[in-house]
Formats: sequence, C-alpha cells, structure tokens
Amino acid sequence: MSKLISDKTKEIFLGPLGKNNPVTVQVLGICSSLAVTSKLEPAIVMGLSVTIIVAFSNVIISLLRNTIPNRIRIIVQLVVVAALVTVVSEILKAFAYDVSVQLSVYIGLIITNCILMGRLEAFAMGNNPWESFVDGLGNGFGYAWILVAIAFFRELLGSGTLLSFRIIPQSAYDAGYSNNGLMILPPMALILVACIIWVHRSRNKELQEK
Amino acid sequence: MNTNSNNYTLIYAIVMVVVVALLLALVSSGLKDIQTKNVELDKKKQILSSLKVDLTNKDAAEVYNNLITKELTINSDAKTLSEIKGEAFAIDIIKESAKKLEDRKLPVYVAQIESKTKYIIPVRGNGLWGPIWGYIALDEDKNTIFGTYFSHASETPGLGAEIALPTFQDSFIGKHILNDSNEFVSIAVMKAGQKSDDKEQIDAIAGGTITSKGVEKMLLNCIGQYEAFLKK
Repeated sequence: MSKLISDKTKEIFLGPLGKNNPVTVQVLGICSSLAVTSKLEPAIVMGLSVTIIVAFSNVIISLLRNTIPNRIRIIVQLVVVAALVTVVSEILKAFAYDVSVQLSVYIGLIITNCILMGRLEAFAMGNNPWESFVDGLGNGFGYAWILVAIAFFRELLGSGTLLSFRIIPQSAYDAGYSNNGLMILPPMALILVACIIWVHRSRNKELQEK
Repeated sequence: MNTNSNNYTLIYAIVMVVVVALLLALVSSGLKDIQTKNVELDKKKQILSSLKVDLTNKDAAEVYNNLITKELTINSDAKTLSEIKGEAFAIDIIKESAKKLEDRKLPVYVAQIESKTKYIIPVRGNGLWGPIWGYIALDEDKNTIFGTYFSHASETPGLGAEIALPTFQDSFIGKHILNDSNEFVSIAVMKAGQKSDDKEQIDAIAGGTITSKGVEKMLLNCIGQYEAFLKK
C-alpha cells in the first residue's frame, strides 16, 4: 500500500469535478437536477446525501466485486443502494427526525439517481475500495456543485431569495422589477444545464464532438 | 470458483436477499420504539405549530400539556364521545375517513392561549405526489382562522412543497370559513387575480397548482365533517 493520496487518486477525485463531470459530461442525474433545484437549500442537501450514499455504496460494491455473478450484477448493485438508503433513512427517523422530515422525498430520489448505478457499474466493479470511495466523493461533489450552481440562479432570479433570505430588495419590485416565473419551472433547469455544458465545452475543446 | 454458473448465481441471490432482509428487519424493529416516540412528539409539535407557538429550546411535550387543555372526540352531529386525554390524539384519521360520516370519530384539540379558547382541527388530503396534512386552529367563534400548519410527504421542493412554509400558512390567518349566513364554505386557494364568488380566498402557489387545489379540497372535505360542531 503506497501513500493514500497518490496522483491517481487525485485524478479520480478531481476528474468528476471538471472534465469528467457526471452531469455535464456523462449526462447522468439530470432528473434530480431538474426536480430539486428551484431552491438552494434542497439542492445542497440533495448534493450531500448523494455524495455520502455514492461513496459508501461504491465501497461496498468494490469489496464484493470479485464475488458478484456477472448476470445479476445490476440487481446486486440496486439492492446494495436500496438497502443502504433504507438503513440511512431509518436511522435518521430515529435519531434525527427533523432532518428526515426535511429530506422526505430526496431519500427516495437518491435510489433512482443514475449517477449511483453509473459509478457502481463503471468504477466500483473494477477498482479497489479506497479508489472507489474517492471516486464516489468526486462524483458526488461534481454532481453537487452543478446542482448548487443551477439552484443559485433559479432561486435568485425566480424568487429573489437565496436560502430563503431576500436578496433582491423590495425597492426593486416597487420600481417595476418582477421575478421570472419561468425560473421556478423545470424547463429552466434544463436550459441552465445546457448553458453550463456550453460554457464547459467551449473551455474544454477536447470534449467537443466532431 | 466459477461465478457465472447458474447454481452460484442462484445461491448468491438467495443469500443476498436473506441477508439484506434480515438487516432491514433488524434495523426497523430495533429502531421502532424511538421512531414511534418521535412521530408522537412530531404530531404534538405540528399541532402546536398551528397555534404559532415558538418551540425553540422548549420541550414540545411539556408545552403541549400546558396549552392543550382538552382533547375531544366528537361525531359529525357534534356530540362529544370522549374527553379523555390521549384518546382523540390516538385517532387515525385515515382509518376514520374510510367509515361512513355518521360513524367517524373526529378529534378536536382545545387550547387555551392567553385565556382565549382555540379549537384545532386536523385535516388530511392529497397533493400531487402523495398525502398532505395539517392542523387548522380556529378562534373562539369557530369561524376565524387563528393559524394553520401544513405538511406533505413528497411534494416537489420549491413548488408544491411551499405549502409547508410560513408565508403560505400565514396567509390563512384571519380568514373566515363560514359565510355571512353562517354556512360552512371553507377557503378558496386561487391564482392571484381570480376571484371566488362565495368564499374568502388566499393566493395559490405558482407552479404548485395541483397541491394548492389539494389544500383547498382538503379544507373543504375535512373541516366540512365538523360543520355541526362549528355552528354549535
């Protein structure tokens, strides 16, 4: 065992934050980036929850990787994710009831997040637990920052608030400014994702298709 | 070992399912008691929320015992069936709503705030994705809304889920659920700009139309059961 933070693990961690971002490059987890980004707070919570779950399910699958029968590997992955999410949700209900009420719908949404299955299948099935853990963290954060970026613009322009604090002053509304109603509807999230992808690709020429 | 053989796959699947089922069953039954306590405490908090009681750094159970002086179980004819504390609290309003209206047990919580009586009525209905519920606190006249509390299981954050925010809940305060001729009409939840003919109204949530309509229907159906009690 060499040192824990080698160049390879650094690359595994940093890749998903930029050039190999799960949302903008691999186009995974789009559904939840539409659903939970109309406000900043749920976006942050969702980003963190996914990060934790993807990191730990990556570790579990990576530990089991040599025993899993090839034909039912997707089912095994799904069972691991679902079991993990259910256990976490039960524990939250018992010891952090308020948090679990707040998370409500996200807990269920985590299971359906494509990033989880994508990382389990593409990475954890073929790499050791430590690297899988780092990969999970990287992808989780890569997903989280996109969500936060989208939610930032949607909440600011759609509701005039950030984390429910009023940012655009009342005087602006009195002077004729009004919130953009389209911002709080799901299509705008898709357009914002597209804008991020656009900026991302124009800065990273190698990502452009010919 | 050949991990692709049928036998291995079958045994692997069976072992996995049994292990996971055992694990989940263990976790679930091990945490059951704490969870039930949490649920009960949360219900008390929700009831108190409709009274706009500030619960920060306070023991909700204690505040509940002090403020809620009576828990009534009534029927749709406004006859009191029971006044024993805990009995009305334990009523499962989902089960009750499956019965015929005459047979339903309806809970009413009676609170004393600054020596004024408030009546709290639980409501439950459907939003877009799942159940929504809440508590409506009425003034002594059983007509003016003193406060409301709404919550939901799985409404869309930022849209339907906004019913759980104080801005929406506070817009009900001071509205009347009876009309001038003392008939129960409930409250309309409508798009700003639209006008309701016969009832008082509050603004619906932009982008949360179905949830808003769900709230409207929930108020109409659930408070409607108490019509005789409200007029008494």
